[in-house]
Amino acid sequence: MAFAKAIRERLSGNEAVATALKQINPDVVAAYPITPSTEVVHYFAQYYADGEVNTEFVAVESEHSAMSACIGAASAGGRSATVTAACGLALMWELLYVASGTRLPITLAVVNRALSGPININNDHSDSMGARDSGWIQLYAENNQEAYDNYICSVRIAEHKDVQLPVMSCQDGFITSHAIENIELLEDAEVKKFVGKYNCDFNMLSGTPTSVGPYDTPMFYFEHQYQRAMAMKNSKQVILDVYKEFAKLTGREYGLFEEYRCEDAERVIVVLNSSAGTAKYTCDKLREKGEKVGVIKIRVFRPFPLEELAAALSKFKAVAVMDKADSFSGIGGPVFTDVRHACYELENRPHIINYIYGLGGRDVTEENFVTVYNALAEVVKTGKTGEIYRHVGVRGV
Amino acid sequence: MNYVKDANLNLTWKEVAPGGTILGGGTSLAVNTGDWRVYIPKFFEENCTHCMLCFPVCADSAIPVNKDGKREDFDFMHCKGCGVCYMVCPFGDSAVKKGSAKVAITWEKEDK
Amino acid sequence: MSKMVEIRWHGRGGQGAKTASLLLADAAFMTGKFVQGFPEYGPERMGAPISAFNRISDERSPLHSNIYEPDYVVVVDATLLSAVDVVSGLKKDGAIIINSEKTPEEFRPLLEGYAGRIYTIDASQIAEEELKNRNLSNTSMLGAVVKVSGVIPEANLIKDMEDSMKHKFADKPHVIDSNMKALQRGMKEVKG
Repeated sequence: MAFAKAIRERLSGNEAVATALKQINPDVVAAYPITPSTEVVHYFAQYYADGEVNTEFVAVESEHSAMSACIGAASAGGRSATVTAACGLALMWELLYVASGTRLPITLAVVNRALSGPININNDHSDSMGARDSGWIQLYAENNQEAYDNYICSVRIAEHKDVQLPVMSCQDGFITSHAIENIELLEDAEVKKFVGKYNCDFNMLSGTPTSVGPYDTPMFYFEHQYQRAMAMKNSKQVILDVYKEFAKLTGREYGLFEEYRCEDAERVIVVLNSSAGTAKYTCDKLREKGEKVGVIKIRVFRPFPLEELAAALSKFKAVAVMDKADSFSGIGGPVFTDVRHACYELENRPHIINYIYGLGGRDVTEENFVTVYNALAEVVKTGKTGEIYRHVGVRGV
Repeated sequence: MNYVKDANLNLTWKEVAPGGTILGGGTSLAVNTGDWRVYIPKFFEENCTHCMLCFPVCADSAIPVNKDGKREDFDFMHCKGCGVCYMVCPFGDSAVKKGSAKVAITWEKEDK
Repeated sequence: MSKMVEIRWHGRGGQGAKTASLLLADAAFMTGKFVQGFPEYGPERMGAPISAFNRISDERSPLHSNIYEPDYVVVVDATLLSAVDVVSGLKKDGAIIINSEKTPEEFRPLLEGYAGRIYTIDASQIAEEELKNRNLSNTSMLGAVVKVSGVIPEANLIKDMEDSMKHKFADKPHVIDSNMKALQRGMKEVKG
């Protein structure tokens, strides 16, 4: 099959997302800079100043305003986008719910960074994981290529008639956002064709007077929330369809999650974002020694691929779910609780343990994953799950 | 089902407007909020000097003013009976003796 | 996986170690390699010890951790030797390249536990002569690294680097010529 021409480039994760944004050429980008996502806004402001985009670029005074401006623009029928991280995402919080509840297909690039305090500017997932229940679709990326690809796909997913929900595309702050790596870009025209034109059913500029976000009484609010929940459920198929179409264009095939060397695996690590790469590298090395290990990398965390993951996990003996954010519930991180929940109905459940790792930019190494695989070996050997809420890479534990 | 006129309590989740977005202007015309009223003002046109002190203070824009600059009777579909109009009226029964022949606005418990 | 070269840079904030690592990634990319170039980020300011990293290979490396067992270590500021264990994890058959007017043998006693190759290059002096600023030693360091590591064929380097610098310094074209001179002197004057 012939794929679209690939442009061989080397870009940081931030420049990759900025490039995707440039090629998508949204009607409105409203953004406020925050480390480590600042570069995306910086690059985009440059494209805007150089006349490379037709976008209305709004340099707002806060992230609360950024999301508000995107909501306004989307209500007026515009394709709108923004970028943020950490405390910036937290400041958007109220509006995240407004955006998804009002069913506005805004796209947001999140460059994952720890939520203080004490203050920390480095990577973990406490920002986007905190927003997991805000009604946004969440996509996660291992590297600059996936950050670029996810962002382009996110526009189509968000705007699909069966979805009409905003999408946040996440990548790891600094680790991929500031690392230059090889990447294959699409030509501008191909991206333009792929994302198409945004046609919404209703908008405030249509000529018909339109009220967006009016007071919703108890008589109707619950029905609207059920609609939102069903849209999230439906989006799973739409995401798969969009990825399939993207694969036809680029040859890069994506699913809800990726199974890496899982065919005959007994011990598997479930992980998302950049550390998935290091996990794969470790997996390869252990495979060379004959160990039956694998990696599952979650790409789509919202909607959560419950049935699909459960089917995949049913084949394994022991699973470790990695969380780069603690939920401070005392029972493990957010990815863990969902994954473990997914396996409840299985007849042959694997042992499932949780590892909190890499908080606040603590480097995540091959050695960390060896520790986790070894712990799984112990679980398999003894047949006992043991403590489920574990940590790796923290001193004294 | 994006128009207010179509809204009713039989609509299922499949039928309500996505995101609650409403099409068509003048939506307040479709909803009778006057029935929330406990007190009701009454307008006596013959005693009104059309001084225009009352209409700007009405929180519900329920005091219509016609082309000739004269106020008309209350819009009872939207009047909540708060009584602020009768309080500012120089000829309201808070300003002149109750029962006086000069009273322009009275305010009393609505007989429902 | 085919051979992957890992390089760790040590410098102080403001000396351009990060920029040098990105330029090296750029140059290696131009020769058809898969590259990673990334700094270790923190609240660094001018003068604080920082590190930056490169992975250069024939296939995409999935690794996203810092580098603990480098093939090459580059020290942009020799005063770091007393503050940072720069040879930590450095492979036996690797090499360390230090910015200094001293000879490699003078550094041997300072690098306890390290028996591998040591190179020096007086990059600050080159920077003073070519760029009129002792602090801009990174391009000549880059030349020295390429020479010692052989990670990029020398023939390609000059042209590729010029292209990279045009990309990197698009808004400061006047610095390109002098940086190219510093780069070539770095390749020529490295001692080992």
